[in-house]
This record gives sequence, C-alpha cells and structure tokens, in this order.
Amino acid sequence: MTYAISFENVSFTVNDRHILNHITGNIEKGKITALVGPSGAGKSTLLKMCNGLLSPTSGHIFIDGEPITSYEPTTLRRKVGFALQNAPMIRETVYDNINLPYALTGETISEQEAIDFLKLVGLHESFLHTSIDDLSGGERQRVSLARTLVPQSDILLLDEITSALDKQAMLDIEQLILHLKSEKNLTIIWITHQMEQAKRCADNIWVLMDGKLEEIGSNALLSHSTNERVEQFLHGGIK
Amino acid sequence: MTYTTLAITLIFVLIPLVLSKTLKLELEKDVIIATIRSIIQLLAVGYILKFVFDSESFLYIGLMVLLMVVAATNNARKKGNNIKGIVWKVAFTLISVEIVTQSILLGFGIVPPTAQYIISISGMIIGNSMVLSILFLNRFKAELDNSQDQVQLFLSLGATPKQAIHRQLIDAIKASMIPTIESQKTMGLVQLPGMMSGQIIAGADPLQAVQFQLLILFLLLTTAAMTSVILGFLVYPTLFNKQMQFLKFM
Repeated sequence: MTYAISFENVSFTVNDRHILNHITGNIEKGKITALVGPSGAGKSTLLKMCNGLLSPTSGHIFIDGEPITSYEPTTLRRKVGFALQNAPMIRETVYDNINLPYALTGETISEQEAIDFLKLVGLHESFLHTSIDDLSGGERQRVSLARTLVPQSDILLLDEITSALDKQAMLDIEQLILHLKSEKNLTIIWITHQMEQAKRCADNIWVLMDGKLEEIGSNALLSHSTNERVEQFLHGGIK
Repeated sequence: MTYTTLAITLIFVLIPLVLSKTLKLELEKDVIIATIRSIIQLLAVGYILKFVFDSESFLYIGLMVLLMVVAATNNARKKGNNIKGIVWKVAFTLISVEIVTQSILLGFGIVPPTAQYIISISGMIIGNSMVLSILFLNRFKAELDNSQDQVQLFLSLGATPKQAIHRQLIDAIKASMIPTIESQKTMGLVQLPGMMSGQIIAGADPLQAVQFQLLILFLLLTTAAMTSVILGFLVYPTLFNKQMQFLKFM
C-alpha cells in the first residue's frame, strides 16, 4: 500500500536539542490525521518537514512512495499545501492573495477562477477585491485555505488554523475542511490543540510528546488510551 | 593653523567633559579616549599622506586604498557576523564601487591621476560605502526579523528564495539609500558639506568649491546605489540552503 506520507526513523536536532526523535509512521491517503500533543512537542517541525521547509537531521520521508529528496523543492511545496497558523497575507486585496501561487510562476489567475476558489471556501464573490485589512479572522483563514488550494495540492497541512477564531467560525472552518476532503479527496494533516475538534474531524490520531511519537490510533484513541502518558495528556495533566 | 591654536581648540573637548561630569553622564572616559585616538590617528594619517603625496608612487596609492578597504570591511562586517562569507562580500562590494567610480573619474579625465585626488576621493567613496553597507545590513536584518511569516508563506507556496525575500531586499536597499538622497535634497540649505567648507576656508574660489562638491555628491549617489544593490544580491542567497530552506527557521 502506498501512503501519502511515510516517516522512517525521522529525527531533527538543532544545537544538540532534540526536537524530533525517531519518528516512524504512515499518513493514510484521503484521510484526516490530527497531530496532537503538548506545546513544544515538535508538531509544527514535523509539518514543516512534509512541505520541505525543513529537512530531517536523520531518517527518511516519502511522499507518495517517493523519497522527499527526489522532488524539486518548489514542486514539492505545490504538491503539499501548507495553511499557516496566523494566515499571513500579502497586500493588498483578496485577489492578490489568491493569485499569489500563480504570480510566483509568472502567470495570472482569471477573476472567474479566483471566484471559484472563493466559493470553494464558502466566501461570496464580492470578497474578491476586498482589502485584506477588512477581513475577519475567519475570513482570513478561508482566504488562506483558498490560496493553499490554488496549486491543486493533494496533501494539505493545517497548522492550528482555528486557534484564533470564535466558536462559530471554528465550526464553519471544520465543516469546510470536511467538505474539501470529500470533494477533492485530500489527505490532510491537522495540528490542533482542541481534542474535541480532533474527535469531530479526524480519522486518525498521532500523539506527539517531547519529540517522540507516543501513540498512533483511530479517533477512538482520544476517548481512551492504554498509554499512561497519553492518557495523562488527554485529561489535561500535561500542557 | 599653528600647534598653539590647535591646542586651544581642546576647549571644545573640555565642554563635553564638564557637562558629562556635572550631569553624571559617565562619558568622560569615552570622550578622552576618542580625543586621544583621533589626534594620534589623524596625525599618523597626515604624515603618511604627506609621504605618499610626495612619492607620487602608484604602489603606495594602491596600498593606501587597500588599507582603507581592509579597515572599512572590518568595521562593516560586524553588522553581518552571522552571514556566511560576510568579509569577502563586503570587501568585494567596496572594491567594486571603488573601481567603477574611479574608472569613470580618471577615464574621463574628470580629476587628474594624482595621489592627492585618488586617495582623498577613495576615502570618501569607501567611507560612504562602508556606512551604506552597515545601514543595509542593519535594515535587512530588521526586515527579516519582522517578516519571517511572509518569507515562510512565500516558500510554502513554492517560491524561489529570490521571490521569497524580494520585498525585504528591496525595502532594505531603498531604506539604506534614503539618507544619501535626503541629505542631497537639503544640501546648501540646511548643511554646507564639510569638504566644500574646508576648501572655502583654505581660500578656494567658492564656485570652484561648489563644482567639486557637486561632483562628490553625484559620486556618492552612485556609491549608495551600487553598495546596497551589490551587497544585497551577494547576501540574500546565503540565507538559504540548497533545499531552498530559509536558514533563519533552523
């Protein structure tokens, strides 16, 4: 079976500090995998490695069965889309942001195509020429998601994209992600600090603690784990 | 000016010393060190320049210019200590600016090829190029520190390093050139350039002094533009590795 992403003994060390230790596991195609764990567990580092923003100090990563090192960095980053935590935007309008992946290849997206992407993330076409300064937190995240989807990525990395949103906006984004997954058959890795969110959306759960992959399991793992440390984390004993 | 009158000018050193002592600024030591250093360094340079001017040897002129480049490089590199190969990058920038500007000056016969002109103008070119290098490196670092999210966004969408850092690079180049351009706008209104004032005090015709000052001003404009652009394009690739990863993230 070919997995969307496979990690083989992946470690990452900076100045003798072990951020990730011997991570081994597979991310299933067309599924949502929630990456949970305490702050500083190495979740974002692992996500950045999938998009090629960082490379392992040792070990191997495979994307669709091919070594990640066999991809051109720019090709890899279009294949594996990354929605960043704070949804950083470029000036000036929503259109400029949707057009950014095209602009990087010297092309321009048509207004109609841009509107299609806006609709895909549940935004009305009137947003197209709105200044980014006039967007709410939820709208910014939707624009960020649309921009990530423009290069037709088939793997989507989400780094705490709902952490700054109110409850309704968070639930809306969750619905949107579930819709995108089934609509486009996306493989999604989603870092979240909210266990309820992981329960609602994820098919699989990875628990990362102190740079180690403590446990892998189905959604049911969040209700009960046989691993004592994971159980402690799930019940708020480890932040 | 006699050495006696020069000694009297030490009154201008006494004033900041008294102020520092009275207001407890604790700058007395720095003022004294700065004064002694400037006296020793300028007197030494005065004697060296006299020797080089008298000899009219291109070997000595070359050595003087080289000394300026080494001193300026050593000073400017401190602002980019974490940048790989910063010493040769700054040195290459200073030497390129010096070669291009002096080639135009001497090639078109704008100034005669004498030690007096070559060394004085080199001092201005290399000195300004050094200040521009420091301004550029400071600003570029600040731009990168403030916009890591933006660089990461561009890279995550498949941008090349040049695309990812383009805005920060252009902003730093522009910002480092602004003081030169702005000071030219107010030249003669707010400030009289030191060199022009010096010539006038020494008895030169003010119009001649102005003409020469204009030449220097235009020269410094080119110096500013070339320094920022050359250094910028030498520095930015070293911030990324072969996998197009921003080294600040590591």
